[in-house]
Amino acid sequence: MSSLAAAPATDLLAVLQARFPAAVARPSVDHPAFNLPMAEVPAALLLLRDEHGYDLLIDVTAVDWDVEARPRFSVVWHLLSSTAHGYVRLVADCVSDAEPTAPSVVSLWAGANWHERETFDLMGIQFTDHPDLRRILMWDGYPFHPLRKDFPLAGIETPLPDLEVADLTKASVLPAPMMGGPFVASSGEMNLTEAEPRAKDESWNERSAKPAVL
Amino acid sequence: MVTPNSELTYNTKIEGDIVVTRVDAVINWLRSSSVWPMPMGLACCAIELMATASSRFDIARFGAEVFRFSPRQADCMIVAGTVTYKMAPHLRRIYDQMAEPKWVIAMGACASSGGMYRSYATLQGVDRIVPVDVYISGCPPRPEALLDALIKLQDKMTRNGGTAKQLLSA
Repeated sequence: MSSLAAAPATDLLAVLQARFPAAVARPSVDHPAFNLPMAEVPAALLLLRDEHGYDLLIDVTAVDWDVEARPRFSVVWHLLSSTAHGYVRLVADCVSDAEPTAPSVVSLWAGANWHERETFDLMGIQFTDHPDLRRILMWDGYPFHPLRKDFPLAGIETPLPDLEVADLTKASVLPAPMMGGPFVASSGEMNLTEAEPRAKDESWNERSAKPAVL
Repeated sequence: MVTPNSELTYNTKIEGDIVVTRVDAVINWLRSSSVWPMPMGLACCAIELMATASSRFDIARFGAEVFRFSPRQADCMIVAGTVTYKMAPHLRRIYDQMAEPKWVIAMGACASSGGMYRSYATLQGVDRIVPVDVYISGCPPRPEALLDALIKLQDKMTRNGGTAKQLLSA
């Protein structure tokens, strides 16, 4: 990985700033990373793809910084140069916090299609000019975006995807019993018995409700 | 002189081609001896399910080797794996398409209770949408555990009372 990180010889910041004066370097522990205004991202990706060999789109994803954070959402693109073997990361903040949008790059990489659908599904980022922006993991009609910070891990009560089956079984999407979880292993713990993932409190479960004060 | 019949087995020469029994017992015996499973393989439990069918564990010893991928031809759904809410209605529809009588085995922690997936996406136990006859613990359970569940299910089948009455009233 270290050889990959070191590979790009050209000064990408200078390259980007020559075309996009608003581009700034972004603090990064691994690969070159840059912040850009959202509107300039497709042109910057095109520049990196066609003139600097970053031919492979590795990932399109998003970050929800916090419900209160402004800007709340950032969209992240990772590119790999299959000749120079180096990664580059572009990050752009969404202008709107309530209805975050980002430009689609399906016209640059067909593979962006499903990445953007996933980011739309789980984070609620609307990709403008996407050819088929449907949910990809959750079902059509699911009302939430589960990876947002204001969505509880246990979930929110919703009808089942199929109303006929929901009517037949009287089942619905219910918040999962967290049983004192989430279950997390403590990092840096050398005693494996102590590091075992466990609930911090097991006094409540599916049948006995969670105490009001914990 | 009367010679006592010392043979323990059924002797057609003496007793004729007739077996006297209860029709319930025969039907239950037929059902339990030829369970046709519907493999609902949804996660890693399905790997153990396949192993159970392989020669080392050989589910054919219990008459349940005829895995059918058509619900019309199956009578025991083995839910092997994590059931997401997106999958749940499809699972219920496949169950509905199976002909009566039908049984369900919830194989492993996920199918039984949601397992380690305490999350917004996972059905917390398949018994919320289909009636389950046997639950198997384990993550995933060993093939022996699945065979044990099958034996328990067969036991449940043979203990079913009023089978003929149910058939006639159906």
